[in-house]
Amino acid sequence: MTELLQNSILEICYLIASVTFILGLKMLSSPDKARKGNLYAAYGMGLAILATILFKEELSSDKMLNYGLILGGLVVGTVIGMRMALKVKMTAMPQMVSFFNGMGGACAAVISIVEFDHISHSGTFEMGMLIVIILGLIIGAVSFAGSIIAYGKLEGKIGDKAFPGGQVINIGLLLAILGLGIYMATMASPEPMYLYILLTLSLLYGILFVMPIGGADMPVVISLLNSFTGVAAAFGGFLYGNQAMLTGGILVGSAGTILTVLMCTAMNRSLMNVIIGSFGGGGAAAGKDSEQGTIKEITATDAAILLAYANKVSVVPGYGLAVAQAQHTVHNLEKILEDKGVEFNYAVHPVAGRMPGHMNVLLAEADVPYPKLQEMEDANGDMASTDVVLVIGANDVVNPAAETDPSSPIYGMPIIKALDAKNIIVMKRSMGKGYAGIENELFFHEKNRMLFGDAKDSLEKLIAEVKNL
Amino acid sequence: MDSALSLFYENREFIFLIIVSIFLGIEVISNVPAVLHTPLMSGANAIHGVVIIGSIIIMLEAEPDNYFALILGFLAVVLGTLNVVGGFVVTNRMLEMFKKKEKK
Repeated sequence: MTELLQNSILEICYLIASVTFILGLKMLSSPDKARKGNLYAAYGMGLAILATILFKEELSSDKMLNYGLILGGLVVGTVIGMRMALKVKMTAMPQMVSFFNGMGGACAAVISIVEFDHISHSGTFEMGMLIVIILGLIIGAVSFAGSIIAYGKLEGKIGDKAFPGGQVINIGLLLAILGLGIYMATMASPEPMYLYILLTLSLLYGILFVMPIGGADMPVVISLLNSFTGVAAAFGGFLYGNQAMLTGGILVGSAGTILTVLMCTAMNRSLMNVIIGSFGGGGAAAGKDSEQGTIKEITATDAAILLAYANKVSVVPGYGLAVAQAQHTVHNLEKILEDKGVEFNYAVHPVAGRMPGHMNVLLAEADVPYPKLQEMEDANGDMASTDVVLVIGANDVVNPAAETDPSSPIYGMPIIKALDAKNIIVMKRSMGKGYAGIENELFFHEKNRMLFGDAKDSLEKLIAEVKNL
Repeated sequence: MDSALSLFYENREFIFLIIVSIFLGIEVISNVPAVLHTPLMSGANAIHGVVIIGSIIIMLEAEPDNYFALILGFLAVVLGTLNVVGGFVVTNRMLEMFKKKEKK
C-alpha cells in the first residue's frame, strides 16, 4: 500500500468519524432519534480507532509488542467498561457518567506526560507544542480528580467538606498552576520535574474545586467537567494534528458548556454561584429553623380513600422514589387509580433525581407512558385543579422557601407548586432534610399530610388499600 | 509578537476548525428538551473518549524498548477504552428505555 493511499484512507475515516459525532450529538437532542444517534457516534468511534491502528503507521515486525499492548488495552478496557456499564443501577447513572468522564481526563493527562517525555528525548520543544501539552495535562488532571470526587460524593463515600478559606486556597492554587504553566512554556527544554509538580497541583485543584460543592449541584459540576475533558481531548488533537480528536473534543467542549448553562438555568442559578457559593458553605443552611409547626400524619387507608375519590392526582417524584426503586410500584398505582376513573399524571421537576432528565429516564424504565410526564410549567398551571398531589421522596423541588424566603439557599429555584393543590400527601422516609439540607415548611402546612415509610412499601400498602375499596 | 503571529499563522486551519466546531457544538444541542439532558451528557461523555486515538498514537510511536512510554501508553489505552465503551453502553441503556415506551 502506498503511503498516499494509506494516509488518505486514514483521513477519510477520521472525516467519517467527525461527521458521525456531529450527527450523533444532533440526534441525541430528539427523543425518537437519540438511540440511533448514540449508535452512529459509537460506530464512528470504532472506525476511527480501527483506522488509527491499521493505517497510522506502517506495520513493522519490531513493534509487535506495541500492537499487542494496544490490543490488550482495548480488550481490558472493553471488558471492564462493559461490566460496569451493564451492572450499574439506573439510579447510579450520574456517578457512572462522572467516573467514565474521569477516565477520559486521566487518559488526556497521561498522553501529555508521555508526549513530554518523548519530545524531551528527541530535542527541543516548539512553544506551541509545549503549550498544548501543558494545557492538556492541566485540564485532563483537573477533570480526572474532580470527576472522581464527584463520583465519590454521589456514591455517598465522600461528604461535603468546606474548608475555612477554601476559596483563597483554590484561587492561589489556580494562580500557581497558571504561573508555573506559563513559566514552563517559555523554556526551551523544561525539566520533567516541573511537569510532575504541575500534575500534582492540578490534581489537588481538581479535588479542592469539587470538594465543597453541595451534592445538589453535582450534576452541573459533572457536566462542566465533561466539557473540560472534551477540551483536553481537543488539545490532544492539536498535538497530533488529528482532526477527529479535534472536532470530537471541541464539540463536546462547547456542547457541554451550553448544557451546563442550561442546567443552571433550570435551577435558576448562575454557574459562578454554583462554583463559588456552595450549598455546603457553613451556616447558610440555618435559615428559618425555629418556626416549625406541627406535622400531621395520615394512614395508608385514609390516603387510599383520598386518592381513589379524587378526580385528578398528580405525583411529584423525587430521588427518594428512585432510591426505593419504586418507579414500577408507582406505575401500578397509576393503573389501578385510572381504572377507577382518576386522572393521573406526573409533575416532573427539571432537576428531579440527581440530573436533569434523570427522573424521566427512571419512569420510562417502568413503562410510564410519555404523555403522562408533565413538565414543570404545565404541571404548575394545572395544580389548582388537582385534588391530591402525591409527593414521593421529593423535598427541595417542592419547598415553598424557594419562592418566599430570600435567605434560603435555594431561593429563586423554580419549584413545583404543590401548595396550590387541594390536598398534599408527602411520602417520606423520615423528617430528614433534603439534599440542600434545609427545612421544608410545606411539611408543616395545614393542607399537608405525611405518610412515613419507605416509598416502595408505602406505595404497595396504598395499592392494597385502594384495591380493597 | 512575531512568535505569536507565526504560531497563529502555522495553525490557522486548526484555529478555523476550532472556532467553527465551537459554534457547531452550541447550535447542535441548543434545542434539546430537558428530558434528554442526562442521555445527552452521557453521549457527549462517550464522544470525548476520542482521546483514545491519542493514546494509540503514543503506543505506535513508542520505541519497543521505551518501557516508560509503553506502560503509560497501555494505561492510557485502558482508560480511554473505559471512557468510550462505558460511555456508549451507559447512554444506550438510558435510551433503550425511551424506545420501549414509544412502541405503545
